[in-house]
Amino acid sequence: MKFGVLQFPGSCDEVDALNAARRVADAELIWHGDRDLRGADAIVVPGGFSYGDYLRAGAIARFSPAMESVIAFARDGGLVLGICNGFQVLCEAQLLPGALLVNANLRFTFRQLDLEVLNSGGAFTRACALDERLSIPAKHAWGRYYADPHTLAAMDGAGQIVLRYAPGQNFNGSLHDIAGVCNEAGNVFGMMPHPEHAVDQLIGGSADGLKIFESMRLTVEGARV
Amino acid sequence: MSASVPTVEDALALGLTRSEYELVCEKQGGPPNQVELAMYSLLWSEHCAYKHSKKLLRTLPTEGPHVVMGPGENAGAVDVGGGLVCAFKVESHNHPSAVEPFQGAATGVGGILRDIFAIGARPIAVLDSLRFGEPGRTSSAGGGDQAAGGDQATRGEQAAAGTRARYLLDGAVSGIGHYGNSIGVPTVGGEVYFEAPYEHNCLVNAMALGLAPRERLVRSAAAGPGNLLILFGAATGRDGIGGASVLASAELGGEGDHDKRPTVQVGDPFEEKKLLECSLELLDRGLLVSLQDLGAAGLTSSASEMASKGGVGIDLDVAKVPLREPGMEPFEVMVSESQERMLCVVEPADADAVLALCAKWEVNGSVIGAVTASSPEGGSGRMRVLRDGQLLGDMPVAALVDDCPLYDLQPRKPTEPVYQPPVATAGDLNLASAPRDLLLAILSSPNISSRRPLFEQYDSIVQSRTVRRPEQADAAVLALPDGSALAVSIDCNGRRVAADPYRGTVEAVLECAANLACVGAEPLGTTNNLNFGNPEKPHIAWQLTESVRALGDACRALDAPIVGGNVSLYNEGATGPIYPTPVIGMVGRLPDARRACQLGFARAGDHIALVGAFAPSLAASELAKLLGQPLPDGLPAVDVATVRATHAAIRHAVRAGALSSVHDIAEGGLAVALAECCLAGRIGAEVELREDFWEATRVAARGAPVAATPIAGHVTTALFGEGPGGFLVSGHDDALRALGQQVPVLLIGRVGEQQLTIVEGGAGAGEMLTLALGELRAAHGGLEEFFS
Repeated sequence: MKFGVLQFPGSCDEVDALNAARRVADAELIWHGDRDLRGADAIVVPGGFSYGDYLRAGAIARFSPAMESVIAFARDGGLVLGICNGFQVLCEAQLLPGALLVNANLRFTFRQLDLEVLNSGGAFTRACALDERLSIPAKHAWGRYYADPHTLAAMDGAGQIVLRYAPGQNFNGSLHDIAGVCNEAGNVFGMMPHPEHAVDQLIGGSADGLKIFESMRLTVEGARV
Repeated sequence: MSASVPTVEDALALGLTRSEYELVCEKQGGPPNQVELAMYSLLWSEHCAYKHSKKLLRTLPTEGPHVVMGPGENAGAVDVGGGLVCAFKVESHNHPSAVEPFQGAATGVGGILRDIFAIGARPIAVLDSLRFGEPGRTSSAGGGDQAAGGDQATRGEQAAAGTRARYLLDGAVSGIGHYGNSIGVPTVGGEVYFEAPYEHNCLVNAMALGLAPRERLVRSAAAGPGNLLILFGAATGRDGIGGASVLASAELGGEGDHDKRPTVQVGDPFEEKKLLECSLELLDRGLLVSLQDLGAAGLTSSASEMASKGGVGIDLDVAKVPLREPGMEPFEVMVSESQERMLCVVEPADADAVLALCAKWEVNGSVIGAVTASSPEGGSGRMRVLRDGQLLGDMPVAALVDDCPLYDLQPRKPTEPVYQPPVATAGDLNLASAPRDLLLAILSSPNISSRRPLFEQYDSIVQSRTVRRPEQADAAVLALPDGSALAVSIDCNGRRVAADPYRGTVEAVLECAANLACVGAEPLGTTNNLNFGNPEKPHIAWQLTESVRALGDACRALDAPIVGGNVSLYNEGATGPIYPTPVIGMVGRLPDARRACQLGFARAGDHIALVGAFAPSLAASELAKLLGQPLPDGLPAVDVATVRATHAAIRHAVRAGALSSVHDIAEGGLAVALAECCLAGRIGAEVELREDFWEATRVAARGAPVAATPIAGHVTTALFGEGPGGFLVSGHDDALRALGQQVPVLLIGRVGEQQLTIVEGGAGAGEMLTLALGELRAAHGGLEEFFS
């Protein structure tokens, strides 16, 4: 099992994601200009400020050569995890529904948060229990999840709302307290909080984020059997 | 400046003195032309030449067993074991931030990060040290809005000052976050103080740390005549022209400040992120002879200093510099302070590989010149500026870099107070008020209240090294690959330095070392940023002289040598000088990251101890400030050796894993430290101050029988008095008693419940204060309103 972690100019958390993935499987970086995904079984689109994000978060990165391949990979059912800026990129690429707007407080905000797992059956959360609480940090300025009511209702019905901020912790103003969503097929997942920054008790005071990477490993290896 | 040969008036307008201009003429063998004069005026400015501070700085200790690179390079560096070195430095961006706080602070961060990767280290952390005027209050927490009571005009001025302080605070914090967050370097700590003398001249100092394999460290000395000079990074524009001489070396104030806006640069963290990755990859591949960032005075300073350090000359062709806009004059190209640029020297055979790597990172790279021979008489060669091969300027490198006259200070201790007493903001409170009311007033004051609204705007965890985040411990802790960790702290209480430049500076150094001890770290090295007023004034010269003397003495006594730093002078506004503010940054190491202690009480039932020779005094304390008391003339003496022994004992106990929490007693005294331990640990404490406490702290000793009931003033001094050397520690009582074998330890209470209670034991038994955690937290959140 191998993770491929994209690296754009302006990525900040790609090495953190790489090292987090390496705790459960092999992993390597994939340069934004390369179309070759190097045989990765799952892709991580990491956090940061791809191409500076001066236009709109993720708006340029979605057109990169590597993302062209990731879009094809996702359409073929490959597992794709977008974290923070990666979530924004996946929304821009229309691999995920909805959009991420500026935080309700209009500021970049860093906080350690509790997330509730609403769907523990999926490809990215199968190592979690239903309603389990994960302690994972978030740090972003554009994290307010928005989708139109019709889309939200459909997502809710289809189990696409995977992670929710625990009561009272939705600082960015996301609709329905949404912290992470997947596509209809369940193979593309985006979340604003950073699971790669909760993989070591010493560093983050929590290793709950590891469950996301572990779930992906279980999914890939289960599919292979 | 006209295109003809500039006159002495042109030189004066650029900040040179008449005699300096005459010296330039002598070095040049005639009047300098426009390009040459522009370059001399920058390199001979206070900012570049340190002409009022260099002699003092030479007295500082700069050597020690851990020092790998000392002052003189882009940043200092210390050995941290495992083949790694830690590079670090603090730098100021005060005047740009006073003019435009967002970009001023952002480019301050950008500049210090470039200093770090210019020596080959990957930046791993940023800390910042900020000073603003009094922010005032929009609500009535702590009774603050009844401040001063003075006439309406005074209140109007205070309101305007508060608005300005909040504008600068918001802009600077946003700017620091914007740059640090975007470039992927965590902001792990810092400090902020609000005092009236900073109203017209805020301080924005940024410190950065980097890590490098020892063999990747690179110096900035140009070498090898025939080698090529490559400029890479952003294009050069008209931004920041004259920043070093016009902004950084003159007093602010008056109507003209808005006109200075074009000299503030605009930062682009994305460009710098690419530049950082590109620079480190160039070094990893061994393609560079030397590397230097472009900061103040742009190409002029970078090229001249590279030539000077290498003892060579440089030819530089301005026509080859990529420009942001057409029609720039050669002197503008040479002095532009456009951000996100680096200059390197490469062997001709490597030039193509260097340019290819620049292309990979989508960074502009251009060969703009070459290294030339040393002077035939020995020493460095000529700095020659050309345009398409035509000679525009020709100067001896030595004259540009080394021959700026250095000035002796004329220090004289002022006979009158330099600073107005602070405006009282504590309403009806006085020294005899109930301790409960005093504690709430101090906790909610801008200098003491929680910094969470600031550090929540910073990414403190990217790069996955941060073992202790802000408000978790007294120092930030960053894990190293071998299981050990770095600890870092930045500190300076300018009000105490103003009260006593020597002892106040000693205290600032001790405070940093204390913060390191709290997490179990021992100092490896120190950096400093000397923020002072106009050194040509005798009382400022005295502050500076005393402070540097203290800095040297304290760093020698702690074996924490100074590996680099920065000087920012002329920090004065219309109402006078800033408090003297020698910001100290200290880096230490602890052998086991897992043992890094925290500041919050951790376990119900733990004993609480006061450790060290703590002798609280209200002189220059936060409480004295809130009550509007004038600054004292002098602070109590400090026994540095005793304090150092306390640090060692604390450090050993932390490293042994014997303690649950450690916090040093600083601003606001014992009661504030207790409240902070409760708030950080989300658990209460019950504290009893018995006769042994009064005896040990000597609060009641003057004349009064020790066992007698302390009078109200004594209670206030005990709870809110300040002084170095005291720590609040919690843990098992055996561990605390063991600590008592080495240093003074007084058991004063237990951890538990959801409130802080302080009672007086012994003869005068009675309750001093009880406050629920919720009340403490509400008071401590005083800064939030400035960001809502």
